[in-house]
Formats: sequence, structure tokens, C-alpha cells
Amino acid sequence: MDFLQPTSWADALAARAERPDAVAIAGGTDVMVDLNFDRRRPGALLDLGRVTGLREWAVEDGAGGVGGGSTVRLGAGVPYARIIDDLGAQLPGLAMAARTVGSPQIRNRGTVGGNLGSASPAGDAHPPLLAAGAVIEVESAARGTRRIPATEFFTGVKRNALAGDELIAAVLVPVAAGPQQYCKVGTRNAMVIAVSAFACALHPDRKAVGTGIGSAAPTPRRAPEAEEFLAGELESAGLWESRGELPDGLARAFGERVAAAASPIDDVRGSAAYRRHSLSVMARRAATWAWAQYRNDPRKAA
Amino acid sequence: MSTDVGTRTTTTPAGRIGDSALRPDGTLKVTGEFAYASDLWHDDMVWGVTLRSPHPHARIRGIDITEALTVPGVTAVLTADDVPGENAVGLEHADQPVLASEFVRYEGEPVALVAADHPETARRAAARIRVDYEVLPAVTDPLRAMDEDAPPVHRPGNLVRHLQLRRGDPSVTAPVVVSLDFEVGMQDQAFLGPESGLAVPAEDGGVDLYVATQWLHVDQRQMCLALGMPSEKVRLHLAGVGGAFGGREDLSVHVHACLLALRTGRPVKMSYGREESFFGHVHRHPAWLTYEFGAERDGTLVYARARTVLDGGAYASSTAAVVGNAGTLGLGPYRIPNVAVDAYGVFTNNPPCGAMRGFGCVQAAFAHEALMDELADVVGVDRIAIRQLNGMREGDRNITGQVIDSAAPVAELLQIVSDLPLPAEREDEPDLRSLPGAVGNTTHGEGVVRGIGYAVTYKNVGFSEGFDDYSTARVRLEMTGGEAVATVHTAAAEVGQGLITVEQQICRTELGVERVVVHPKNTAVGSGGSTSASRQTYVTGGAVKAACEAVRAVVLERAALSLGREVAGLRLDGEKIVGGSGEVLAGLADVLGEDAVEETVEYRHRPTHAIDPETGQGDAHVQFAFSAHRAVVDVDVELGLVKVVALDTAQDVGKAINPDAVVGQIHGGSAQGMGLALMEEVVVTDGHVRNPSFTDYLIPTILDMPPMQVKVLEYADPHAPYGVRGVGEPPTISSGPAVAAAVRAACGRALRRVPIRPEHITGT
Repeated sequence: MDFLQPTSWADALAARAERPDAVAIAGGTDVMVDLNFDRRRPGALLDLGRVTGLREWAVEDGAGGVGGGSTVRLGAGVPYARIIDDLGAQLPGLAMAARTVGSPQIRNRGTVGGNLGSASPAGDAHPPLLAAGAVIEVESAARGTRRIPATEFFTGVKRNALAGDELIAAVLVPVAAGPQQYCKVGTRNAMVIAVSAFACALHPDRKAVGTGIGSAAPTPRRAPEAEEFLAGELESAGLWESRGELPDGLARAFGERVAAAASPIDDVRGSAAYRRHSLSVMARRAATWAWAQYRNDPRKAA
Repeated sequence: MSTDVGTRTTTTPAGRIGDSALRPDGTLKVTGEFAYASDLWHDDMVWGVTLRSPHPHARIRGIDITEALTVPGVTAVLTADDVPGENAVGLEHADQPVLASEFVRYEGEPVALVAADHPETARRAAARIRVDYEVLPAVTDPLRAMDEDAPPVHRPGNLVRHLQLRRGDPSVTAPVVVSLDFEVGMQDQAFLGPESGLAVPAEDGGVDLYVATQWLHVDQRQMCLALGMPSEKVRLHLAGVGGAFGGREDLSVHVHACLLALRTGRPVKMSYGREESFFGHVHRHPAWLTYEFGAERDGTLVYARARTVLDGGAYASSTAAVVGNAGTLGLGPYRIPNVAVDAYGVFTNNPPCGAMRGFGCVQAAFAHEALMDELADVVGVDRIAIRQLNGMREGDRNITGQVIDSAAPVAELLQIVSDLPLPAEREDEPDLRSLPGAVGNTTHGEGVVRGIGYAVTYKNVGFSEGFDDYSTARVRLEMTGGEAVATVHTAAAEVGQGLITVEQQICRTELGVERVVVHPKNTAVGSGGSTSASRQTYVTGGAVKAACEAVRAVVLERAALSLGREVAGLRLDGEKIVGGSGEVLAGLADVLGEDAVEETVEYRHRPTHAIDPETGQGDAHVQFAFSAHRAVVDVDVELGLVKVVALDTAQDVGKAINPDAVVGQIHGGSAQGMGLALMEEVVVTDGHVRNPSFTDYLIPTILDMPPMQVKVLEYADPHAPYGVRGVGEPPTISSGPAVAAAVRAACGRALRRVPIRPEHITGT
């Protein structure tokens, strides 16, 4: 097996184009497990650890975000530990998800870019990216940059929209305009792969609700019908403006719609029925917490 | 050679019986410097790997190794035809092939071996061995396996053992009757150091094996038969053991590495990864238990009936002995006049099951403790009180008719745990890490209900049912550089529990010297017996004590002779010969001179006896150890997630030789029992293991395990050296049922299976 270690992004893209048999590796927390368990025997590893630009993040004004607000451009190689330390205010949902990843050692190594590359339905970063309306920036030496909305990025179980000669450069995540929550169920209290996970984001600036479901379908996915339902009910009751209490029945109905959007399976980690049930509970609670935060938010933006 | 890093000699600062002497391996383990068996290295070694069956049951029509042999770097490829002696090993019955010949009977059964200059080369070559399998139907339901028309896994049939126990009146009735069915999943020992060993061929045609194991001599016996070599040619040395818990009682790499070393003439290292480890050792038996209690209206037990089926998997291992415990101890530490118990161990094509900490009592305790709670509720008695009402006392007979002839503090242990302070109520804005689901952020208090549960157990210490259970110790006393040094040599395995420290403490106490060297553990001295059944401090401790006494007697006789005094008035202390009123009569150096005094002693505990085959009656066990737990849990009843808030315990240890080590055993044992209650299960479907990794076989983390209050009682057993009582297993038995009871109390569901999964709590 060849070990390729480009030191610049251009060299990395060139290596990616030249070696279709290479597997890109960032923190290695997925790829090395596959190698050690003999599930993969790639011709080469393309280590992105020396491409320093991938480990940077910055706030960009205007341009990328869905609502025209500012956006965090998160380099694909920023480890979870730094997301927790640096970005809790801008990207609260992603930071909460990052806290649930593995152990401290794994959080020091693992990256959102790597998570997207693996595209596991259980990837912890995916639900908050879906809920926030993130866009993934990928690049190839031949065709340059293209931007893929997170909603279009996951194409199947552990498959994504990346072409063979492309690498993930960054994730563009709108800075939170409202509260975000992330919940993850596992059968122990730390270091566990999600049995099911749920992220939600309130977008008071555009009176919208974002969702993301993990580990309960072949891919991470949104629950669009639940989003529209909750946003619509909030709108028609004037709650965005009044910041009144969220009716318990509304939160419950939202939870049921989120559960209905999942297509879970029975596996060694949990049953399909439990996954659906847990999503309804998590979605109800997450919406309740997010709305409570919104009600107490000193920024009267809406 | 640089191989003996795992078996280095050790000395530690002073510490006698009752002191928490520092363990010599403690700092090394914490700093990552301890040499485990997986660190073994020899300059010109090659690596051995095992090709295993992908099928739970198949006939082997042929094995073609031609292609594997052509891989550059490969030095040997071996199959069953290359086993020189008996192609059969086994702890109690030699029923398991070293390498499968005609049939494979479980997924993961070893079929062929490869040695190569690199482990990866060996693995690639193993993948090129062509095994022609005729896949056969697998017997994977143990209840079905008991049917007369079930296909036999072995001839003549699938019954490993049926233990029948009858006491009192079999047809007695009672005004109050409660019953339940309970199921216990398959737990793994999950020791952190996977199987590993290094076999070094010797000039005399023999072989030296450095290996992580629990009983060097029982390994040696099986290896000699398989290798067709006498015991003086098959020498074992204990390498650094990273935990055992019963999972190293059966052979793993032992014969395989030696076969490859003898064939290649090179040292051969074999080390399993985590996934292979799940296939490379036995697991705890899954169990199906049907229990019924009959009682007076006040809760006094009138009778108990139990039927227990243990899935032994494809080979016998220690299943018969586990059935022995599940039967003779299967109703817990209670006084029950009328008893009918049937315990079965059966063969299936599932993974072989055998020894694991708690050994048959763990499964039974989940059933009898759940039923005891049910009885308490039905008769309207407090759950502590009903156990105290029925709890054994010293002098009682247990269900095999054996008199409990030392302390049996069931009522006191329960009282202690129920009187311990309860944890604080949940705060208004709690830290997520204190809640069920923790940083998974699944609740901020919604749906969380607190529950409390209790359980009590007793466990046999040492080997039972007439087994000749002994240990050997050689102790040598001499002057070295002006200082007295005792050297203690036993073959008893240190697996992390602290036996080396105990041996040192006993030598210091008995010989009055400070410096004690623990000789590397090997087969150059007689058997130390197994490091299992909570027996080493008792049995090897007893042997070391006896050997020290023999050495001391020789020294004092010499002193008496040269001093012209009676032996009777003399003592040995602080490297001095001391008289009756404490006066120093001579230095030890004066008595010993250049000589060394060395004595080797075999120590046996009181004999145990076979039980009657019709009634199960008899003095089957030598000693009983008692413990009780109280668990406090917070359960998110909507999501089925559990946070154990407190897990407190009281245990009678007879005499704490090393109090810190005793508490350490209790902490670890409690965590392991709690793991089985809440998360630890090898999931097997149609004979295939579905979660052979620590990604999906979950063991408790520090966020799952609460701080513990541990109360240690020391009621000396007058029959045991220093009064000791085995410590290691009882906590594993009573903690799980206490946790399960607490979860039941919180969520209000019956929960008749462990591990309790979230969907069992939510009912979805």
C-alpha cells in the first residue's frame, strides 16, 4: 500500500486525480478501523493531514448562507475538539454533536470532512449539518470547485456525491440565527455509536425549522414535512412574533412527524421500532428546548 | 533473548498481612510500561495466524494449502494432519480438535495455521487456503437441542450435564406461589489484553511457551497430549496477563504456536486482535431459567423449584462445572426446606461457553433475586426484610444439605447496604453527564424516574465436587549482600488481581524479612492450580504460608541447636531470632551463614465431595462468600436509557490481606455485573456472532460506573489460612441483579431478560 502525503491542496487534488485506488484519510478514526479489521485494502492512502489549510475555519459574511447571513467556512480537517472549543456560539448544533463523538482522543483526531467522506448513516456531524442547511464544498483538479447542499450529499449507505477525483475542501455552515439542539441515543452513556440521532435548528430570520435524522434511514436525512408543519403552525399561531409557549401537543405532533420521516432497520444496535419511537421523543424534547431558548433569547430578531 | 519482560522478578516496599502494600505492576500499568504478552518479542521470530471456520456447522471435504505455501515469506502451513499427538484438547473433556479435521462445529473454529515473516503476510496466505466445506444445518437453539430428535452436535447427544437436585418433600404446596421465566444473554470477559503467546523451540527438542493464561499446568497437560511430548519438554512461562475473568482457562494460541515453532525451528509469536479474541475464547453461558417459589403468607419460603438451561456451545469446556454451580448454588443464600432443581448444559453450534467470573451463579442470581422481589411484593413485605427473613445463617444447611460452617451474614450485609446514605436527589439544572444519555443530550430531566434495587448472593470459593484442589509453593530464605531475602516461587497466575503482592505480604509476615523476590511464574515448580473460583489467596496463599512455616521451622531448629534452647520459645522477626520475652538471641545471618533454606509444600483445602446423582445432596463446596448490593438508578422511561447513580455494596472477605486490592476487586466485579445487566452481550444469530468488536460489544465506561460505597466485613473463616474468604466473584453476582431490580422499580416493567435494552424499558 502506498502512503501519499501531499503538503499542499493542489498536490492533494493532483494525487486524488492520479490515484483512483487511493482512499483519502483525515483523522483516520474510520479508515484505520476499516484497515485494521481488514474490510478495506486500498492501493494507497492519501493523507490530508499535512494540508494545513484544511485545518482552518473562518466566518464569511453574506455570500454562502441560505438566508444571506454570515457563514462559517469550516475546513474539512478541523477536528471535533476544536469545533467544541471554538464554534459553540456560531454552530451550536454541530458543537453539541461533536461533544458526543467517541472519546477525547477520537475528538482530537476526527473531522467533519472525514465524517462526510465516510457518509455513514450514523455519522454524528450529519444531522446538524442538514438542520442548519450546510453546503459541502468539493474540488477536483480538472473541474475546480462545486458546492453540494448537505441534503444532496448523501446518496446511499456509506455513499456520497463525491466524484472519484474530488476531495472535500470545506463545509459552509450558516451561523446560527436561532437555537439549535442535537440529541443522540446510545446504549451507554459515552463512547457509543448512535442508535438514533436528531438535530433541529430554528431559523427565526426566515421563520423556518431545520431537521436532521441520523441512524434511522439508509442515509442521514431531513424530515421536510415535519419542518414545514412546525414552521407553519408557529406562523399561523403568531408564535414567532409573540414568543409564546410552545403547545405540548404541537411538540408531540412534530415528534411524530419526524419519526414518520425515518426508514429505520433492525440491527445489532437497536430495533426499527425503538429507533422510530426514540426519534419522536428526541424531536419533541429538542423542539421544546429550542423553543424555550428562543423565548428567552435577548435578541428580538424576528 | 529479550522475552522475559513479562515475567520479570519483582520487589516492592514493605507490607505485611493487612497492609495495602503497593503492587509492583501498578505504576507500570498506569504509565503504559508494563510488558503484556502482546509485547513479547524475539529477534528471529516469525508470526503465526489462525484460519477459522466461517460456518457454525460444516463438514470439511478437503483443504488445499498449495497456494498459501507459494506466498513469499511463508514458513509453514499446518492442518489437522500435522498434529503429532492427540488432536483433542479440553479443560474437563478432551473433545475439541486442535485443528478441525472432519467437522467444524462453531463459527471461528480453528482449521489451519500459517507462519510467516510478517503477520500481514501470514494473514494473506491464510486467505489463500482453500477449504472445501459442506455446510450443514446448525443447531443454535439450546432448548431445541435438548429434544431427542435434535441433530447431535457430538455423539451420543447434546446433553453435557443434567444436575438433578431434590431435597425435602417434592410435592409440598404453599399458600403463596410466585414464578417467572428469565433469560440471560451471552457475556464476554472482555479482558483488555487479547490472547498472545511466544513459542520458542529449544535445543533439547522441546519448546518453551510464554503465554498469558490462568493455569500453566492444566495448559501443559493438554499441550503434552496434543504435541505428543513429555512434560519436561513442554515448559510454560507466564507472560504479562491483561485480565482473564475465566476467558483464559481454555487453550488459545498455546498448541498452535508450539506446532508452528517445532515445525519451523523458529520462535513463533501469535497475537489475536480484538475481533479474533471474540472467537478465540469461551463466553459466559446464556441461560434460560424457570423459577417458582412457594411461601407462607408471611413470606417464609416453603419450597423452590428451578429449571435452568445453559447453552454450552460447540465444545464442553467447563460447562459441567458451571452446571454444578447453577444447580447447587442456583437458589441463592436462602433457607429453603423443599427443593427441586434441574440444571442442564447442552451442546449447540453456538460459540463455546465456559468459565467467567461468577461461574453459573451470575445467571441464577438474576432469576432468584427477581423472584424474591416478586414474593416480597405479593406478600406485602419489604424487599430487604424478605431476604433477611429467609437469609442463611451460620449452621444452616444449604440446598445440597451442606452445613454452612462459618459466617453467613446475609441479614447483616443487607442491613448495611440499606443503611448506607442514599445519593442526593437530582439537581434542578443537572450536568448532562449526570443524566441518562449523558452528553447525548437526550433529557434535561424529562421522563427520568429514580429506582432502587437490592440483591444478595453467595458463591463457592475454590474447586468443588471432589476435585483435588491444591497449590504448590517453594520458598527460599538466604542472606544476600548482608540482607535476608526470601524468594517465593509458585506457578499460580497473576492475571491482574494482585497475587504477587499477596505472596510477598505472606512471606514478610511469616519470615519477618522485608525483601521478598517473586520468582517468575512457570512450570519449573508444581501446579498452583487455577487463577479462578476466587481461590488463589486462599489456596496459593495457604501454600505460601505453609512453605514459609516449613522454612521457619528449619531456621528455628538450627537456631535452637546452636543456642542450646528449646525451639518452642523462639520466633523469627526483623532478621533476628527472638526469644519468648522479645529478647534478641541471634541474627538470622548468624544462623543461615552461607546456606539457603528452601522448602516446597503442596497445600490442600478441606476435601469436597461429589454430589449424589439422584438427589444432588452432598458437601460439594469448601467455602462460601457472601455479598449484597444496593443499586440506585435514574431511568429515562420514555427513551429507556439508564444512569446508575449509586452502586453500593457490603461483602464479607474473612480477612483482607490487602485492603486496597480487596476494594479494587469489588469495584471491578461490580462494574462487570452491572455491564451484564445493562449492555454487555455477544449477540449470536443462527450461530454467527454479530458484534465481535468493542464498537458494538459495549462495556461500561467511567461515565456509566458511579462511585461506590464499599463496606468490607472480616469474619474469619476458621478453616482458611488467615481466615480469608475469596473476594473476586461475589460482587459480579450481586451487582447485576441489584441494577436490574432498580431499573424495574423505576420503570414498572417486569424486565425478565438481561442485558436490559432501551426497547425493553420503553416497550417499543
